[in-house]
Amino acid sequence: MSGHLLSIEDLSVTFRSERGPVRAVHSVSLHVDEGETLAIVGESGSGKSVTALSILRLIGDAGRIDRGRILFDGRDLLTLDKAGIRSIRGDRISMIFQEPMSSLNPVLTVGKQVAEPIRLHRGKSWAQAMEDAAELLERVAIPDARERLGDYPHQFSGGMRQRVMIAMALACQPRLIIADEPTTALDVTVQAQILHLLKELTRELRSALILITHDLGVVARYADRVAVMYAGRVVETAPARALYARPSHPYTLGLMASIPGLDAPAGTRLPTIRGQPPDLANLPEGCPFVPRCPHARAICSSAVPPLEPVGPDHLRACYGFE
Amino acid sequence: MASSKDEPFLVVEDLKVHFPVTAGLLGRQVGSIKAVDGVSFALKRGETFSLVGESGCGKSTTALSVLRMNRPTAGRIIFDGTEISALEGAALRPFRRRIQMVYQDPFGSLNPRASVRDIIGEPLVVHGLASSRAAYEARIAELMGLVGLLPDMASRYPHEFSGGQRQRIGIARALALDPDLLILDEPVSALDVSIQAQVVNLLMDLQERLGLTYLFIAHDLSVVRHISDRIGVMYLGRIVEVADRDALFGDPRHPYTQALLAAVPTPDPEREAARPHTIIAGEVPSVRNPPPGCRFHPRCPNAFAPCRTDGPELRALEGSRLAACHLYDAAHTRPST
Ligand SMILES: Nc1ncnc2c1ncn2[C@@H]1O[C@H](COP(=O)(O)OP(=O)(O)OP(=O)(O)O)[C@@H](O)[C@H]1O
Ligand SMILES: Nc1ncnc2c1ncn2[C@@H]1O[C@H](COP(=O)(O)OP(=O)(O)OP(=O)(O)O)[C@@H](O)[C@H]1O
Ligand SMILES: [Mg+2]
Ligand SMILES: [Mg+2]
Repeated sequence: MSGHLLSIEDLSVTFRSERGPVRAVHSVSLHVDEGETLAIVGESGSGKSVTALSILRLIGDAGRIDRGRILFDGRDLLTLDKAGIRSIRGDRISMIFQEPMSSLNPVLTVGKQVAEPIRLHRGKSWAQAMEDAAELLERVAIPDARERLGDYPHQFSGGMRQRVMIAMALACQPRLIIADEPTTALDVTVQAQILHLLKELTRELRSALILITHDLGVVARYADRVAVMYAGRVVETAPARALYARPSHPYTLGLMASIPGLDAPAGTRLPTIRGQPPDLANLPEGCPFVPRCPHARAICSSAVPPLEPVGPDHLRACYGFE
Repeated sequence: MASSKDEPFLVVEDLKVHFPVTAGLLGRQVGSIKAVDGVSFALKRGETFSLVGESGCGKSTTALSVLRMNRPTAGRIIFDGTEISALEGAALRPFRRRIQMVYQDPFGSLNPRASVRDIIGEPLVVHGLASSRAAYEARIAELMGLVGLLPDMASRYPHEFSGGQRQRIGIARALALDPDLLILDEPVSALDVSIQAQVVNLLMDLQERLGLTYLFIAHDLSVVRHISDRIGVMYLGRIVEVADRDALFGDPRHPYTQALLAAVPTPDPEREAARPHTIIAGEVPSVRNPPPGCRFHPRCPNAFAPCRTDGPELRALEGSRLAACHLYDAAHTRPST
């Protein structure tokens, strides 16, 4: 059996919609080991968040997990009952959600929201839990943290709310942290502080981090391995260095080319990937990237290309190009 | 009465926005959060001016003051020659049309139950500008075309769109009233780099075609560098440096600006592994009791005696650069090291 802390095997997730079923995640397999940081990158709408939410079974009523297993510490999370999964959420696996404003309760003080999981999972008193909450908020660099425990979310800036979410996720020293765009609202210095903190904790606690991000600089600095998603599938996965040194899927190449680097000429139009994002309710036959791919050939439309090795621990789903 | 090309189009003068901190059952005021504490800058017509700085330093609060969506504690805001900070009610209405905002969150900021047509058209209805059904439809088609959305998408709902498309809807809506000034608060941070590139290109095209002026707020410094003419760097409620794009990125002067630029992660794992990951040292400063003297001094590697007692003024250095730092004051001799 796998010695991975978490392994996702052949996961598929579908949503109901007026235009028919939408397959948001298609045969995704991923794993993460103790002490490791796995980054998931990819297009908006490619299924990164749905994959992450599936781990904690938070995809909502419109969605259904059609297939797959999610093994954590040897158990399949998809077969746990409601109470079983609830006891894991926020305790052994915690999630930093993509949208801080819709994930924080507007009528509860910031202090109470951070203290709640500590009370719930660690059985501490409110007073003790509030003390822990103050320390956590200090660790995520909230100024005047102790005095601001009684503030409501709307009194915090965008980036401060995001850090409240992070403090909540750290509250119970989880084995696995799933961070979905955790630093989009943070400046680069606070971002560095927070990601450094997350890395330290994974090392200290022998836990793991799944980092979903659009920022390819962040991936370069913090990730050990990377999975690239497109249209619900993993199209390339590799150790971070190998991915940047030898990006191998045409979508990955397009993504890398779109980065407005700090040394590129400013003020000009940026390169983009041509064409429209895929319509998940209406995917083409074969490789989903075909309509936008500069290298597409006849074979590409015949069947979805399987993930195959192109280097050590480096897989891509592509029939190849010159 | 339109201003000439060289006159500033928007002037923010010594803006202060303080939020009261209350305690006890009676809500007695025991202090204040000095979110914005003496911010001044000016925008030329047709330029892109960006505000960058630490999370919580007061960028959004400054933007909301320009939109007249909060109450400044002190200071003046002059838009195209009129002091809008002194206006109320009906007198303010024409200015509300001319200054529009695009928000960060393309998911949360659009009403999920309204069609794209109604979302884009709502400002027209609110301001009574929809003279006839046909004119309304024509205007919406025009706006959708402007941002690269297809006309047959008008009857769809926000959840049917990707993040980049939703951000285009937000931009079309902001353009509905033919504004002169667009405030963009983190407009691309939720988007993947390819779609982000599309939206940045779109914003640059629209600016050229419509002569828009942008006040741009973002944390992604490579995007800021790409789109901006000038940049203002904020730290703890104040502006610490203002410079043209190339001057700021090529030769940052304020130690906070230097620290900020040094922290930008580059998309290259080899380079990242090789260089030290410096994190700004020191405690996060309190916004209720900001440090005396220069607010950055407790964390500044270059701080010397005057920094601990005198707050440096924002002064002109060479060219059009301004910086608030004693290192560049003639009055203080720098200690020899
Ligand atoms: N509740 C839902 N109902 C219907 N469709 C959904 C729902 N949640 C997600 N989807 C669809 O599933 C697809 C994948 O969405 P997901 O949120 O995982 O994308 P993502 O990769 O996280 O994108 P982003 O980078 O923009 O956050 C999208 O096409 C989305 O529209
Ligand atoms: N309504 C409010 N009541 C009390 N404090 C507030 C309010 N709005 C903002 N603040 C405080 O003012 C300060 C500046 O907030 P602001 O939202 O302007 O920061 P920002 O620079 O936009 O940060 P970010 O980059 O994180 O969005 C913060 O300390 C914030 O908590
Ligand atoms: Mg997502
Ligand atoms: Mg803000």
